Amino acid sequence: MKKAHDYVLAARAKDRPTGTDYINGIFSDFIELHGDRRFADDPSVVGGLAMLNGTPFTVIATEKGKDTKDRIRRNFGAPNPEGYRKALRLMKQAEKFRRPVACFVDTSGAFCGIGAEERGQGQAIAENLMEMMTLKTPVLSILIGEGGSGGALALAVADEVWMLENAIYSVISPEGCANILWKNTERAPEAAESLRLTAADVHSLGVVERIIPERNGNYALLFDSLRLDIGRWRQKMSALSVQELTQARYRRFREIGAQTV
Amino acid sequence: MTVTLNLRFRKPKNELEQGGRPPASPAETEPEIARKCPACGQSTPLSALWENLYVCRCGYCFRISARQRISFLADRDSFTELFPQLESRDILGFPGYEKKLESSRASAKEREAVVCGRARIGGQECALFVMEPYFMMGSMGAVVGEKIAGLFEHAADEGLPVVGCTVSGGARMQEGILSLMQMAKTSGAVKRHSDGGNFYLVLLANPTTGGVTASFAMGGDVILAEPGAIVGFAGARVVEQTVRRKLPPDFQKAEVLLEHGFLDRIVPRADQRSVIAALLSIHRREREG
Repeated sequence: MKKAHDYVLAARAKDRPTGTDYINGIFSDFIELHGDRRFADDPSVVGGLAMLNGTPFTVIATEKGKDTKDRIRRNFGAPNPEGYRKALRLMKQAEKFRRPVACFVDTSGAFCGIGAEERGQGQAIAENLMEMMTLKTPVLSILIGEGGSGGALALAVADEVWMLENAIYSVISPEGCANILWKNTERAPEAAESLRLTAADVHSLGVVERIIPERNGNYALLFDSLRLDIGRWRQKMSALSVQELTQARYRRFREIGAQTV
Repeated sequence: MTVTLNLRFRKPKNELEQGGRPPASPAETEPEIARKCPACGQSTPLSALWENLYVCRCGYCFRISARQRISFLADRDSFTELFPQLESRDILGFPGYEKKLESSRASAKEREAVVCGRARIGGQECALFVMEPYFMMGSMGAVVGEKIAGLFEHAADEGLPVVGCTVSGGARMQEGILSLMQMAKTSGAVKRHSDGGNFYLVLLANPTTGGVTASFAMGGDVILAEPGAIVGFAGARVVEQTVRRKLPPDFQKAEVLLEHGFLDRIVPRADQRSVIAALLSIHRREREG
């Protein structure tokens, strides 16, 4: 029986495909667009335009990087506020041109740095949550690896959220949780169990719509099946009016956790 | 939505729900006790502190309970509580959560980490929420999310402004992913209230961090803060460990946020009521229909 901690390790594995692999594996003709038009271009978040079966999409992914040099450049996939602001700029652009948005999320969390705080990390995430909730175009978010807290949620206020079989989604890292509970990060495996962060747990709590099987690591097969699934999702969404779409999105989040109240 | 809200809306049953008695002056009960200010080190008798809204002579704002704050902000006897009966359950079977809830209820004398209701401030009708630092450091789980979202929905239905005061360590870890989702839920409710042309004023008190900063705390049309309040996303210790250097002494202080453009004003406790009343008055809406 696989334990929660095994999923944590799998989600963080270095040989796992990263955000841009999904963009290039599923979509064609990717054109990357840079910058938040405020301050900087954050390489932790990659975004732009791409085609899926003849339909243009706005695609956004967090990117952890491929080798040491690339990982450092991309801050190990931990975005600064500029990353979230770039994502929001591209989503607003998608709204204007009525393109669907697909986000691929894989981050240990929003970066905890001095500059990030000074430039409003909390404000940037809050703005994404508010704006994504009423974005007048369909949004799909897929958790492909680590779904680390508010930094992941800031790209996952979507009409549907899917999660890969070995992905995790959590309010805090198991290490952070173990440190608070027992002042001992070595008890992270126990904390991982308690946090209920596996795809099966998160799905049973009503937080994601689908668990995507990883086909034993045959990623070409995975990308092919995701291409089909995303195409079907887009068709389903295109039948909805803007009002139906945003109403359903609001209700989706409004009802999560309501069973506990 | 209106239907369920009305079901939850009931007449307050006792003084506590009505915003409580104005807290009795400690001078009457515990005349000898003094509190030491963590900022200047000076001791002040509680009776004198109470007279001064729990602000030290040096300006340091002592932590106060939600009900105390409501009594400082709202017009006398104007507060009616909403959703007073909601309380959290340990739905994930998280280690120690049940006990923590019990002890918090006992020590804070509250059922949850936020108090919501309707009130008047300087004669202006508003929906009001104040977070409770003595209940698990004002952390946000499903019930806090439900109460905040419910309040904004109620205010949107009634065309009322929302006045809120945040004091929070962020999302409540003990509710796992469900607490994270409350960030989206509350932000969505703030956005809908805003899209209806309604006014939202938020006052950030010490500390406002994590998932609360990254959701409804930053969604105000006007964002005020108490002097010296710590406001940020990541905890200072986590940042220090991440960047491996000493942080400046004023890191995440409200005064620095103001400089960086993330706050409208810093308002001393004694002026908060009149500043909020003036802002509510400017945003008064003629009732439609």
